[in-house]
Amino acid sequence: MKITSTKESSTLADLLTKKGVSRRDFLKFCSAMTATLALPVNYFERVVKAVEQTKKPVLVWLEFQDCAGNTESLLRASTPSISEVVLDVLSVDYHETIMSAAGRQAEEALAMATAEPGSYLVVVEGSIPTKDRGVYCTIGGRTALDIAQEICGNAMATITCGTCSAYGGIPAAAPNPTGAIGVAEAVPGITVINLPGCPMNVTNLTATVVHFLTFGQLPLTDNFGRPLFAYGSRIHDDCERRAHFDAGQFVEAWGDEAHRAGWCLYKMGCKGPATSHNCPVTRWNDQTNWPIGAGHGCVGCSEPNFWDTMTPIYRRLPNVPGLSVEWTADQVGMVVAGAVAGGFALHGLGSFIRNRVEPIERTEVEVGEE
Amino acid sequence: MSVQVAEEKSIEKTGRVYIWEIPVRLTHWTNVACIIILSFTGYYIGNPYISVSPREFYGTYFMGLMRFIHMATAYIFVGSLVVRTYWAFIGGNQWASWRALVPFFTPEGRGKLLNTILYYFFLRRHPPTTLGHNALAGFTYGFIVLLYFTQVLTGFALYGQSDPGGLWWNLTSWLFIFVSNQMVRLIHHLVMWLLIAFAVHHVYSAWLVDTEEANGLMSSIFSGWKFIVPESSESKAKQKVSHQQPDKPGEK
Ligand code: HEM
Ligand code: HEM
Ligand code: SF4
Repeated sequence: MKITSTKESSTLADLLTKKGVSRRDFLKFCSAMTATLALPVNYFERVVKAVEQTKKPVLVWLEFQDCAGNTESLLRASTPSISEVVLDVLSVDYHETIMSAAGRQAEEALAMATAEPGSYLVVVEGSIPTKDRGVYCTIGGRTALDIAQEICGNAMATITCGTCSAYGGIPAAAPNPTGAIGVAEAVPGITVINLPGCPMNVTNLTATVVHFLTFGQLPLTDNFGRPLFAYGSRIHDDCERRAHFDAGQFVEAWGDEAHRAGWCLYKMGCKGPATSHNCPVTRWNDQTNWPIGAGHGCVGCSEPNFWDTMTPIYRRLPNVPGLSVEWTADQVGMVVAGAVAGGFALHGLGSFIRNRVEPIERTEVEVGEE
Repeated sequence: MSVQVAEEKSIEKTGRVYIWEIPVRLTHWTNVACIIILSFTGYYIGNPYISVSPREFYGTYFMGLMRFIHMATAYIFVGSLVVRTYWAFIGGNQWASWRALVPFFTPEGRGKLLNTILYYFFLRRHPPTTLGHNALAGFTYGFIVLLYFTQVLTGFALYGQSDPGGLWWNLTSWLFIFVSNQMVRLIHHLVMWLLIAFAVHHVYSAWLVDTEEANGLMSSIFSGWKFIVPESSESKAKQKVSHQQPDKPGEK
């Protein structure tokens, strides 16, 4: 089997034409990208130019401790979207799940694509185990950590797709048996942009790549290395059910009248108020719908350590550390306040008794008035 | 401390002394009002027990209103804390000073702390005489002030999230690097209960000390004046030596 050469000279525009993408669709795609990146309209032409003139940059897609959910997210759009085509064109060089090469051929493809340091982009999916010298994930006899250090270490930039590669994700949930961590932690000092989410949204991946092509650098990020264009505002603030939240209209039980009427899922444990992501705007499966739109609360999947910090999924607040899950924060608080009240009630009784047994002597005093 | 000597003289004459200046009393009652409002609205935000139907009289912006009241009151609360902090460091008298909140820094303070604890455990008939906060109360207020600032920090951190890049977001978003978002909420929620627990203890103790010591403690937070009962001011000199009440020498 012949492995596609990475040094083709045709531009992305040529490749898209070959794939049967019309000029009109291409422009639609570019305007969608401009909007996703929250760029002013006059950047549109710049985006178009950058994307069409790009010499297919090399992009390799590594998978470690993952469920291939991000790959699924990429591939399972209901109709083949243009971003899928763009990414497909970009990522031909190495992608374990979708490439036809296997074994040695696959290894060769990776070696070829990454031969020249600083010439390629890496997408990583899945966390990197570090316990027991990383034996819990090995590919071709090498540990994930080893591969990441080499491939990500020499890349132009690394894009982590999904919460696992960004922060360790589900494999890193307590008690984290494999010592899983994200790429930025595993290979310190490299250029990484995080696209967490379970899975990440393909639109954001494409937009990040387009930003890179247009400006030659990665978009601005927040404290957790996430691009602001996609993670800059809270789900709760863009949510279509927000009017019901502000009104005080809440779903009380699954399937109740309020649920059927599309009221706010706050009391069902929705973590929209704690989560930054553009799901309400970008949506999923070709902008068809998204979790809250489908009637389930947000689980906060794009936040670091979400499996530990956002649970219980169907309760608003986490469990009080050290107490059994049966205790809600309010119950704990009421017990504390009640115990104090009880304690001092007893103290009051004690004082009363003492004052009977041993009355306070009061001396009459004359107080000079001013 | 010459100030204290002069004061003790005036106390002996009139039996009363002006302790709580206006800013102290004003911020105390502002805080009380704010905490009551913040607790009611905060509890509703945390657990919206009233679900509103569009036909009801409180309209279709009930949670919005609760949150608005919570945030607006929060600003007043912060204003009050700023005034009180200024008064503790710069403006206020010796009893309003921040030193009252850390009695354990001086040997005398530690002695009084211990004796007040003994008093609460019925092991001592009277608490040590004090003009300002008694040592244990001061220590408790120190803890309460920490809780106040915890509420302000966590509250504004939660508030700032609705406006990324805004003032509060810039000032507080570093918090989420150390504490997860949900944990910040839990802390904000639990501290409310700690403050409620404190309020229970606080009002009881104010009443207890007021009735047992007859020093006008309760009214002092309205008027600013406290009374020194000669009995206790006499024993004061002895107390300084022995930290004990003369009428109860045989205590355990
Ligand atoms: C003594 C003072 C305060 C008390 C007792 C209090 C109490 C509460 C409680 C119980 C909640 C619900 C928490 C939950 O279950 O998620 C809450 C929410 C909140 N509080 Fe406070 N709070 C206080 C001060 C403040 C301050 C100073 C601010 C500053 C702006 C603030 C801002 C907020 C915000 C933004 C929320 C969350 C609202 C939301 O998620 O929509 N609070 N507060
Ligand atoms: C009916 C209600 C209340 C009464 C009669 C009352 C009475 C008093 C009195 C007499 C003092 C000063 C004397 C001392 O103990 O050293 C004081 C100080 C204080 N109280 Fe209250 N209190 C009330 C409610 C509250 C509440 C609800 C809170 C807060 C949750 C609170 C917080 C404080 C604090 C922090 C101080 C120290 C004041 C300062 O140095 O600025 N109080 N209160
Ligand atoms: S459903 Fe969730 S995100 Fe939407 S308004 Fe309600 S709490 Fe906020």
